[in-house]
Amino acid sequence: MAVSGIEIFKQLPKTNCKDCGFATCLAFAMSLAQGKTELSLCPHVSDEATESLSAASEPPIRTVTVGAGDAAAKAGGETVAFRHEKTFVSPTPIAILVTDAMDDDEVGARLAKMDDLQYDRVGLTLAADLVAVKETGGDPAAFAALAARVSEAGYGVILMSSDEACLSAALDGCAAAKPLIYAADADNVDAVGALAQTYACPVVARGSGLEEVAAVTEKLGAMDLKDIVIDSGANNLGAALADQVRIRRGALSGAAKPLGFPTIALPFEMTDDPMQEAVIASALIAKYAGIVVLSDFDGATLFPLLLERLSIFTDPQRPMATDEGIYEVGGPGEESPVIITANFSLSYFIVSGEIESSRVPSYLLVKDTEGLSVMTAWAAGKFVPDEIGPFVKKCGIEEKVSHRKLVIPGYAAQIAGELEDELPDWEIVVGPREASQLPAFLRSFEA
Amino acid sequence: MAVDIPKVAYSGAIREIRLGDGENAVTVGGETSYPFELFDGEMPNPPRIAMEVYDAAPEGWAEAALEPFAGVTDDPAAWAKRCVDDYGADMICIQLVSTDPNGADASPESAAETVKNVAAAVDVPLIVWGSESEEKDTEVLRLVAETCQDRKLVIGPVVEGNYRQLGATAIAYGHTVAASTPIDINLCKQLNILLADLGVPADQIIIDPTTGGLGYGLEYTYSVMERVRMAALTQQDDSLQFPIVCNLAPEVWKVKEVKTPEAEDPKLGDQKKRGVLMEAATAMSLLLAGADVLVMRHPDAIDQIRTAVDGLVP
Repeated sequence: MAVSGIEIFKQLPKTNCKDCGFATCLAFAMSLAQGKTELSLCPHVSDEATESLSAASEPPIRTVTVGAGDAAAKAGGETVAFRHEKTFVSPTPIAILVTDAMDDDEVGARLAKMDDLQYDRVGLTLAADLVAVKETGGDPAAFAALAARVSEAGYGVILMSSDEACLSAALDGCAAAKPLIYAADADNVDAVGALAQTYACPVVARGSGLEEVAAVTEKLGAMDLKDIVIDSGANNLGAALADQVRIRRGALSGAAKPLGFPTIALPFEMTDDPMQEAVIASALIAKYAGIVVLSDFDGATLFPLLLERLSIFTDPQRPMATDEGIYEVGGPGEESPVIITANFSLSYFIVSGEIESSRVPSYLLVKDTEGLSVMTAWAAGKFVPDEIGPFVKKCGIEEKVSHRKLVIPGYAAQIAGELEDELPDWEIVVGPREASQLPAFLRSFEA
Repeated sequence: MAVDIPKVAYSGAIREIRLGDGENAVTVGGETSYPFELFDGEMPNPPRIAMEVYDAAPEGWAEAALEPFAGVTDDPAAWAKRCVDDYGADMICIQLVSTDPNGADASPESAAETVKNVAAAVDVPLIVWGSESEEKDTEVLRLVAETCQDRKLVIGPVVEGNYRQLGATAIAYGHTVAASTPIDINLCKQLNILLADLGVPADQIIIDPTTGGLGYGLEYTYSVMERVRMAALTQQDDSLQFPIVCNLAPEVWKVKEVKTPEAEDPKLGDQKKRGVLMEAATAMSLLLAGADVLVMRHPDAIDQIRTAVDGLVP
């Protein structure tokens, strides 16, 4: 499986023609070796080289895109099983279900949730990604109309039906939006595979267990279909977790190429309790589901799942950082306290949360420390007087408050003296060491 | 068609340890594979959930977290009894927050009295958690350990700064130490080695990796736990082959996303349901990373996790 960049480079034309978009053949080869690009981007590579390299240069788990344009969501592309080894690549797209049995208002309410339930966090917008449109009535026209409504509203779609006529009717209307077809199984793989070919859309291979699903992906592969998503048909959490782990392991090792695709999980097929459904979804977001479809969600179910997804898919090597600047907590005025901290996102979240719970409106200055926490940033020379001084002067806080008192973290007490030299107009006040003591501190503090 | 799934080359196992004593003692650990990967190994003891009891009436808690304990929050023994009788708690974790020298600074004697009362009220295994002030915890947990020497407690957090005193206490009375390090596999390993060198028996150590709540550092804890399990199971690192305890409840329930009422931020949805799911999602993630004992708060979140665990370890 793993072929080095140099091995790949040897088989490339070595002309540095840039037709692939890379500056040199070597750069292209290195990117191929990391599974970040595709060999087909090189128009000049020989057939022999293509044959010997194509298997080796493809990522062990294919990246599949569902939806087109702004609605596109990616699943798969993963190269490891543990996030400490390498950042996970594609945050699990989350889908909400609509069916042809729901009335217009219900469908409308669910689509409205897709727009409304969006959350800003560390400069990112957290939101659900896809809409699963499920056929229950066997009426091709009704199913096609619903699929068209959802896709015209701008959402990436999963088309769920076991009726080929329904799938065909829906695809006829919305194939340009690249919906994911759900699903081909052992019985209908020829017909559903043909639809995926005709409309050039990604397709789910469904089977009961890994052997059956692998047989379906092999057949789809033989039809020259590459954008495949796997549903192993698990109907309980234990089986689903076992399947997810085994699929990931088989695909990464190269031993089970027919399983080298992202997966789709349907927790509502494993429980009737919406709360348990969310818990199952949380398990499968951590352990390897490529896409998760929820029977429904509201803010109370979606928000925790989005936070978990953010946690699991964040780069483990690089701390998450908050933007440098002045943050107003609780509507401060010119007499309000001014508190400074580092831009490690946890420092920011915890400190701003404690200020909020103190109910003392305050200005929170967040100094860019490259995502390091107060102690680490101090040690690394990024939360030190000659960095903090110029920031405080330039950030604009002096125009916002009438006083000149700056509260610094208790753990940075040793910089107080030098910081007063840097900021002669300011009085430096050493705050508590732990953020949890901030409310008590602020309530007794006079700026 | 046949598919070939390679097996993980496991070379080690997690130690089995017994917590508490008598009929209600629980055994945790014993895993021979990654969490819940039963196709490859065994998980002879399902994870256990300890319910929290506080030594002083909680302040600033979300209404949803108080409601299940209405009427007993100022009586730790009654609170513990409700957890066991009404909510079926496997274990109780007494959080001695009032001993915090930066807070109420309650005396070691009063803490020992509280633990004694709880111990008299319930016969499930007890975890006793200090205020995370290393000097104060040394005094408090020593006295608690001596006072309740017949109960085989879990005491923690035991840290680098007080492991000698508390390790010796654990040896003397047969208690288990929760060896606590700040989300760092090397420090974790080092503290376990120091405890072993001191003579603490291997079946009296449980790892506390330090737990971050969902959105507040959970991912750091998650990855350190996965690395600990990897080293323990595939690299024969016997200084990491211990069960893991995660004291997650205080971390989950203190954040503003749990405390914000729906009226203030309607997008966050029903406050109780949100809190329950924040706790359940945190717990689920920690279980998948290798937790053997979870310290949890809300009975609904606990029910959800029990159902999920029943599905994972049939």
